[in-house]
Parts: sequence; C-alpha cells; structure tokens
Amino acid sequence: MRDAMIRNGFDVYAIREQFPVLDREVKGRRLVYLDNAATSQKPQSVIDALINYYSGYNANIHRGIHTLAEEATADFEKARDAVQLFVNAQTREQIIFTRGTTESINLVAYSWGRQKINAGDEIIISGMEHHSNIVPWQILCEEKKAKLKVVPVSNEGELLMDELEKLLTSRTKLVSIAHVSNALGTVNPVKQIIDKAHQAGAVVLVDGAQSTVHLDIDVQEMGCDFFAFSAHKLYGPTGVGILYGKKHLLESMPVFQGGGEMIKEVTFEKTTYNDLPYKFEAGTPNIADTIALRAAIDFMNKVGKEKAREHEHELLYYATEQLQRVPGLKIIGRAKEKTSLISFVVDNTHPQDIGILLDNQGIAVRTGHHCAQPLMRRFGIPGTVRASFAVYNTKEEIDELLAGLQKAVKMLV
Amino acid sequence: MEDGKTIKEIEEEVVGEFSLFDSWDDKYEYIIDLGKKLAPLADEYKKDENRVRGCQSTVWLIADEKEGNIFFKAESDAVIVKGLISLLIRVLSGHKTDEIINAKLEFIQRIGMTTHLAQTRSNGLLAMVKQMKNYALAYKLKNSTTV
Ligand SMILES: Cc1ncc(COP(=O)(O)O)c(C=O)c1O
Repeated sequence: MRDAMIRNGFDVYAIREQFPVLDREVKGRRLVYLDNAATSQKPQSVIDALINYYSGYNANIHRGIHTLAEEATADFEKARDAVQLFVNAQTREQIIFTRGTTESINLVAYSWGRQKINAGDEIIISGMEHHSNIVPWQILCEEKKAKLKVVPVSNEGELLMDELEKLLTSRTKLVSIAHVSNALGTVNPVKQIIDKAHQAGAVVLVDGAQSTVHLDIDVQEMGCDFFAFSAHKLYGPTGVGILYGKKHLLESMPVFQGGGEMIKEVTFEKTTYNDLPYKFEAGTPNIADTIALRAAIDFMNKVGKEKAREHEHELLYYATEQLQRVPGLKIIGRAKEKTSLISFVVDNTHPQDIGILLDNQGIAVRTGHHCAQPLMRRFGIPGTVRASFAVYNTKEEIDELLAGLQKAVKMLV
Repeated sequence: MEDGKTIKEIEEEVVGEFSLFDSWDDKYEYIIDLGKKLAPLADEYKKDENRVRGCQSTVWLIADEKEGNIFFKAESDAVIVKGLISLLIRVLSGHKTDEIINAKLEFIQRIGMTTHLAQTRSNGLLAMVKQMKNYALAYKLKNSTTV
C-alpha cells in the first residue's frame, strides 16, 4: 500500500513531513485529520513565513519609507502577484484581499448589490449553498425588495440545470453559485452556468471556497464576474480571503468600508478614493497572513495541482468503496463529478454520536449541517458526517476511518 | 431522584461508578446504554420552546415542580447526549431549587466528560446544565413572588 501512494514524483509521506501537526496525538492515537474542507493544516513553509515576518520585518505597509516597511510592502504585494497567477487574473489590481470568502461575498453584496439591485430584481443561488452565500443575498433582497430564487438539487446532489434555465429571466441581475459544495463535494458546471447567466444578462459570482485547493482555477477561461475564496482552505493561514472581480465591475463599484489606505485625499468636505485594489482595502490589512499565503501557493505549485488531484481522487474512490462495508451507511451526494469529500449518514445513528466516537479514536471529521441547513432539509436529515481529504492524507488513514466507524456503529446500534 | 441523597452525594456515586471503567469504550458503552434507556419524552413536549439551544443535536428539556422540588425530563435525537442528560437528571432531578442552582457539578469533569467532548459539544452539555439551573431559578422566583 505504501508503495502505491508514491509515484510519478508524488510522495505523500514526504509531503506529510512538511506538516508538523500531523505528528501529534489525539486521545493517545496518532491524529487522523479528515476535516480538510473546514480548514486545511499548514505546512512548515507557511508557519515559517509567519515567523520570519514577525521576527524579521514586521511593519505597516504602503506608508513608511523605512526599510522594514518597504520589505513588508514588497512581500505583501508579491502575495497579490502570486494570487493573480494562481487564478490567472488579467491584472494584479483585480485581486482584493479580504478576511475570507464570507467577507468577499459580503463586499460584493454591499457594494455592487446596493448599487445595482432594485425592487423586483432577482438573484439566483442554489440549494447547496453555504450560509455565507445565502445570507448576504437575503439581507440585500430584503432591503431592496428583490427576489431570491433557488436552483433545486437532485437526489444525487447535482444542480438541476433545466430548472436554472427556467429561473433565469430578464430580471435576473445576479447568479451566485458554489463552484464546489462543501457539504456534498459536488463540482458544479460553472462554465455552463456562467454562459447561461450571461445570455440572460446576469452577473455571476462563483464561491470558490471549496474548489480552489482542488481544481485548476482560471478566472478568464471560466468567465466569472466575481470569484471568492479563502486562504485557510488551501494550506494558508486563517484571516485572509480573496475577491477577484472583472475590472470594469470593480471600478464602477462604490467603496465598501471607509478608512485609511483606501483614500487618495481626505478633506472634511470630500474624500477622493484610491485606485483598485486599495479602494476596497480600508485600514491595516492582515499583513502577516497575506504574506504567508504566498508560501501556501508555492507549496501547492511545488506539489502540482494535477498530482494532488490524482492522489485525492484515489483516496476518494478508495474511501467510497471501503465505507460501503459499514452496515447502514448511506453516502449523501453521489454526483458524477466530486472533489475528495464524502458526506454520509448511518441508519439509526446521529452524526454527532459518530463524530464523538471517532474523535475518541483520534479521527477528526466534521459532523452537523455544514452551514448548509437548507440542503440538509432537502435531504431530510439533521446533518451528516463528513470526511474530507487533503493532499497529505493516506489510504492507511482511510483504513483507520473505516475501522473507527465500524467500532462506532457497533457501539451505537 | 435517589431518595434522601444530596446532589453532592449522587455526584460521588456517579464518579465511583465511572472509576470502574478503564477505557473510553467502556465509559461510552455505559453512556450509550443510559441514553437508550432514558424514558422518551411525550411528543407534546417536543416543541420549540422546550429546545435547548447550543447543542449540535436536538435536545428538549422540561421541568416540573412538586412541593419545592424540581423534576426534569429530557430527550435528544443523539444517543450520547441522551446518556449525558440521563446522568444530569439523575444528579439534579428532585432537589430543591437552591441546591440545583448552587450545584457545582464537578462530576462532569471527574468522569472525564469535559475532556472527552470537544468544545462545541461540551458547550451543548453546558447549555443543558444552564437551562436546568434556569428552570430552578425561575421556579424559585415564582415561589418567592406568590408568597
Ligand atoms: C462553499 C463555502 N463557501 C463559503 C465558505 C465560507 O468561508 P470562510 O469561512 O473562510 O469565509 C465556506 C467555508 O466553509 C465554504 O465551504
């Protein structure tokens, strides 16, 4: 088995060694971390980038003329360049740093939404959205007397594309959709969605929180108008998010928050705002974590997304096959195209009970509604157990998950 | 209620029983067993106003007063939580309001349940304790104003 996971220059054991936390013990067992869709662990290079910044050149950026400020500013802006390349944005100005996917989506809802959405307009989301891609639009729709429409989800956990077409009208101003579902792992056909939405004259936001770590992202090829994601789900630090937007949209949008950094000139009569991207980055940003994000991108580039994907898919197939051996286990979300994530329920057990018993065996999974309560309601369940795999997970860990589950189910049923 | 015993005494009893288990499995087997045996709550009580917030699973909790003693009944859709509720009921139910309000409930920690339940879930447990104490407080206030 060990040999099977080392090939084509991909060595999962060498990768694991870069993640110090994977060595720790939980409840007397070596940690099996399978909650990667919530947040991934961080490689030493990311941790080092944080330490190096704070111990070597901590300074506020864009303002000081001293050496430390210049070094910090340079590295902060290098992170922007790295992100631009990572998602293939046209220009670096189109990469805006936020606190996370949630803030990126809220920025669009607040700035673009309040300007462009009027009474009677329609916003379309899907039935598998994370609360972060539901609530900002609900708030906006309520305020503007606009209508929120929802594309339904099939029993397999796929979007019903025919229904999307029926929902699109001349009043549709925005379609905001997850690239990958955090609760099911479904990869949505965003390109097709974007084409259809654009034909109807709507703008499209893609929530890339779950996709960016697994799939190749090319915002130009995809054609989305906005793309939002979080650093902490791609081996980077918490507290940094990214909003990509088409230039003409970002330029026409009013500012989100007022403060330092986002201004050109302030008098008490009038303030002129700074250019992109700074007009959306009010106040001192999260300098350290943004700098460390570049180390995370470097890490991913070094491993290679395609190799990582191949490995993760192998884990997905292996886990899907193995978990069938648990009596009464039902996988929720059987889309044809999935990322490496399995959501499941087991007959006559509550996800929380399984989560507790797995934790006692050192296995970290997520249980609950995964911030997607409407989706759980759609499937008529209180929640699921979710095991999500990253580039450093192994088949041995899936064997441990299986054994842990079998034990848990035996104790519970 | 276990006749005549104080909350503290029942806590000691529970701690004593748990000290016989030497592995986490045994402990949880026992809690799961308690959960399965907990008398179900009638459907009429399973409504929103009786729900305990802050638990990942659904928990309903009701309280009743008889001659200054508070009696609890509860249920959950998750069996481990149900087992823990069962323990809380055994310890707290049937006592005077003041004794419930002032109960330290150190047994939870001593039987290893705060360390074995992750933060979010132990919040659920704490939410239950808080709700039980709130009921006791409410009855105490009610009695003091009607006197
Ligand atoms: C699909 C999806 N959207 C949005 C978010 C919110 O991301 P964050 O909490 O980093 O803002 C998440 C995180 O779980 C997610 O999975």
